[in-house]
Amino acid sequence: MKEIILLKLGEVVLKGLNRRSFEETLLKNIRRRLDGLGSFEVHERQSTIYVTPRDEDADLFTAQERLSKVFGIASLTRACEVGKKMETILDAAAEYLRGPLSAVKTFKVESKRSDKQFPLNSPQICKEAGGYLLSKFPNLRVDVNHPDYTVRIEVRDAAAYVHGNAERGAGGIPVGTGGKAAILISGGIDSPVAAWMMARRGVELTAVHFASPPYTSERAEQKVRDLLTKVGAYAGRMTMFTVPFAKVQEQIMANCPEELFTVIMRRLMMRCAEKIARNEGCGALITGESLGQVASQTLEAIVCTDAAANMPVFRPLIGMDKREIVEISSRIDTYELSIQPYEDCCTVFTPKHPRTKPALKYVEKAEEALDCAALVDECVANVKKTPITPLG
Amino acid sequence: MSELYFDNSSTTRVCREAAEKVMETMTENYGNPSSLHSLGFRAERAMDEARAAVAARLGAEKEEIYFTSGGTESNNIALFGAAHALKKRGNHIVTTQIEHPSVLNVMKRLEQEGFRVTYLKPDSFGHITAEQITGAVNGETILVSLMCVNNEVGSILPVEAAAQAVRAAGSPALVHVDAVQAFGKLPLRPRQAGIDLMSVSAHKIHGPKGVGALYVRRGVHLEPHVFGGGQEKNLRPGTEGMPLIAGFGAAVGALPEARAELRTMEELNAYCRGKLETIPEVTFNSAPDALPYILNFSAVGVRAETMLHFLSDRGIYLSSGSACSRGRESHVLSAMGLARERIASALRLSFSRYNTKEEIDVFAGALREGLSGLTRRPL
Repeated sequence: MKEIILLKLGEVVLKGLNRRSFEETLLKNIRRRLDGLGSFEVHERQSTIYVTPRDEDADLFTAQERLSKVFGIASLTRACEVGKKMETILDAAAEYLRGPLSAVKTFKVESKRSDKQFPLNSPQICKEAGGYLLSKFPNLRVDVNHPDYTVRIEVRDAAAYVHGNAERGAGGIPVGTGGKAAILISGGIDSPVAAWMMARRGVELTAVHFASPPYTSERAEQKVRDLLTKVGAYAGRMTMFTVPFAKVQEQIMANCPEELFTVIMRRLMMRCAEKIARNEGCGALITGESLGQVASQTLEAIVCTDAAANMPVFRPLIGMDKREIVEISSRIDTYELSIQPYEDCCTVFTPKHPRTKPALKYVEKAEEALDCAALVDECVANVKKTPITPLG
Repeated sequence: MSELYFDNSSTTRVCREAAEKVMETMTENYGNPSSLHSLGFRAERAMDEARAAVAARLGAEKEEIYFTSGGTESNNIALFGAAHALKKRGNHIVTTQIEHPSVLNVMKRLEQEGFRVTYLKPDSFGHITAEQITGAVNGETILVSLMCVNNEVGSILPVEAAAQAVRAAGSPALVHVDAVQAFGKLPLRPRQAGIDLMSVSAHKIHGPKGVGALYVRRGVHLEPHVFGGGQEKNLRPGTEGMPLIAGFGAAVGALPEARAELRTMEELNAYCRGKLETIPEVTFNSAPDALPYILNFSAVGVRAETMLHFLSDRGIYLSSGSACSRGRESHVLSAMGLARERIASALRLSFSRYNTKEEIDVFAGALREGLSGLTRRPL
């Protein structure tokens, strides 16, 4: 019995003339994620992508797992491909779906016939398949309204396909169709979620991480690499830039008012990130800021931070509650990593009483004590590049 | 005298890659993976690497692999952990009569605690059928524990049927597979097969003794029984046995591709069967479809232990029954319903990638010599 994976396209189908380029990017992303799982044939027809193993060693199970994280796919299912004869289809349905059908009580059959040459029409296919499966599985009853399980039969041009309930795909639009942006990633819960949200909208990512050795450890940096690897399962490959930031922090501590430390630090981070982003051909920055979450994320503080950047800053979490952010981070499997308790660059120099409503003009004034341009240049010159490849 | 080692299901010679890694981890990369400093970080990285190697071999995620002190401990953590976590959902457990003592003795203990255990009986070749499993699992079942490959006769059990049976019965049961004899030899994919827990061991695959792992499917909760400093996510706390863990990882890394080695073993096994077939006293206890790494046979007429010492004097090492139940009548062969004289004269050859056809020639010659020279006593 030949088993394949069927992928239904998501929002891509709504695109007009540039639909083709969206689909091509998606196919490329799919092929890349199947690397190392054996030989597959991937092609698109009638708004469905067919992923067909070329040999026995191809790992369909892992392929499905990986593809469930590829943006641009609305739903996916494993299916059995059979010849277009009703008897063959019936045999295949009973055999292929034996496991789930023996485990449930009620079912129904849905069918779709795009090959109008096929002798039976859709209602006839349903009726015949329903009757046959009832005779094969005495445990089953038909329930067309709330079935435990739905058997789907699709008669298409090339072949017929039998499958069960489809799994929901990752949704979104294919990564690479939405430009490129740099995510400022700390190692906390929020920034990986922000990165994931923008990747879901087709944005290709570059990561910028600020490390403060010796105040922070190699482990903190490893944690960020691990987080990005998890995000990479969705967002694809990316480069991580680690910026040595301790000297900047020491300079701010020594020369600026303590209560403005955090906001000035964040402005310098923005400048460094922007410089790296421009070198990498990015059109925007992404942060995990959520309004009011901490002192540096009040509206006033964000105004000050934002003023330091000369490119758009996307803040996809800005209106989200912590609980919603945590839910997403659990879903994309970054939560457990995020809560590992290592010092990061934002926690080592936290002032006792940060100013929650800093005014931009005072901040700019205080910043004059620093040679910001030189500090930024030095940071960017000493940046370390690490390629991030999704696991597998 | 040359050394012919045919007892690889008892334990194996540690491969060079693993031995070197153990040495390096004892003398250079000796940090505690929990330490914050960079030596600790390096140790953590080494542990991570070993975990990734084991995970890859099982088609699992790193987070699903827990290091233990070996197969016995993996089985204990899995079985007590699962039974105690699910005791409010039911009290029925399904296993087989031919499991390793580290499963059977846990089952005895669980019976004393009030669990009901069904022990499936094998046929005369050590087979258990999918139908037997399906028939035994019901809505009250909370745990199904099967070995993947029997350690004495090499029979392969239909472990995938267990997960299907559990689903079909609508039971909350967890499925545990003791894969100590199968790991590194058969392609194992617990996640795909719907298996929740899987025990593996290092010293059966040319790794060091004293280390193994338990696969715990993501989302499965086990009740812990050892308490300590939180290592291995509280399931098996205690400072990690780094040299052994790193050696385990290296041994896994040095494993040949399972399918290719399986073909080599099939050839070696067929060659050996061909040689032994011509000896009239020999009856095979391993089925033709058993895992080719293991060949159990009876050389009727001479007690297994007598023959074992005779061969041992000639530098040829194998097992009588199973090394774990030294001196006792094999519970596996008894469950298979073999005649007493066959059980008493049963010998187990177990191969590794280091065995050759020439070695089998020498062994077959020595066996013939033993059969004609040794005094036969009524068994």
